Amino acid sequence: MDEKLFIKNFAEQFEDRDPSTIAISTKFRELDDWSSLVALSVMAMCFEEYSVILSADEMEHAEQISDICDIVKSRCQNE
Amino acid sequence: MNNPYSLVGKTILITGAASGIGKCTAVECSKMGASVVLVDSNSEGLDATMSLLIKHDTNRFFAGNLTDEKFLSDLAEQTLELDGVFLCAGVSDTTPVKFFTKEKIDRVFGVNVTSPAMTLRYLLSKKKIRKCGSLVWMSSYGAEQVESGLGIYAASKSAVNGLMRTYAKELLPRQIRSNSIMPMMIRTELLSTLTNISEEDWKKQEAKYPLGFGSPLDVAYMAIFLFSDASRWITGAQLKMDGGSTLI
Repeated sequence: MDEKLFIKNFAEQFEDRDPSTIAISTKFRELDDWSSLVALSVMAMCFEEYSVILSADEMEHAEQISDICDIVKSRCQNE
Repeated sequence: MNNPYSLVGKTILITGAASGIGKCTAVECSKMGASVVLVDSNSEGLDATMSLLIKHDTNRFFAGNLTDEKFLSDLAEQTLELDGVFLCAGVSDTTPVKFFTKEKIDRVFGVNVTSPAMTLRYLLSKKKIRKCGSLVWMSSYGAEQVESGLGIYAASKSAVNGLMRTYAKELLPRQIRSNSIMPMMIRTELLSTLTNISEEDWKKQEAKYPLGFGSPLDVAYMAIFLFSDASRWITGAQLKMDGGSTLI
């Protein structure tokens, strides 16, 4: 799975965020514009782009973008 | 002594009766003396609900797809005459607006809006709802107090309220009443299956309710009131239940 594309997809869920301002190691909860709606949007994006259903508890325990990316990668590989 | 809240002698049809609010209401209506007609797509769940009812010769159940018009037409043909209908079957959805799809909208509207409208269309055209009957629609407070991610659900419940009031008006000549129940958060099996709401989120939500989350029993008691003669002067109403959450 293309990590750069995942970061771009992740950034698109914010209202107005340049993908270059985040990296795979970014602790996304610390971003000023993180919100529960962005969280729902990230989950919807994972389903729409990668056909991966991410649970709210998985989302809750993720700290870095890489945590979510790893879950998506592992599910994509299992298919 | 005459008890205006009694359902003795009444027959009530309940959709979505295999689980959650529908199941709970069926059991409570039965305890209040009603004969109950259960409808759901889940036949095992209907068996379970049937086993909890007070034995009554006229209890019935129909298993089938509530979005299938043939099933609804057959149901209307075969059911007994009814004094009440609880349009309780429903589905939920949590999708931010920019991820809406036609499939998601169709799924939610199919079950929450089209299905109750078509159920009543056949019951009414086959004259299965008695004069002075009562229609109770499952709406939601979420139709008015919208939340991010619940747009399709909110729209479907707004549509339910619109239908409810139209039925109330059109059925005035037969004195058939039509009302909706609009609860805030009721934690049912349906909501517990939503994987994009975490335990942490549930706890945060519950803190907003001075009287705690509602239970299916709270809605069942409201439905019983609306089916009973005690509510004979209420029609076209959207009855809100919020556990005190809008007071704080």
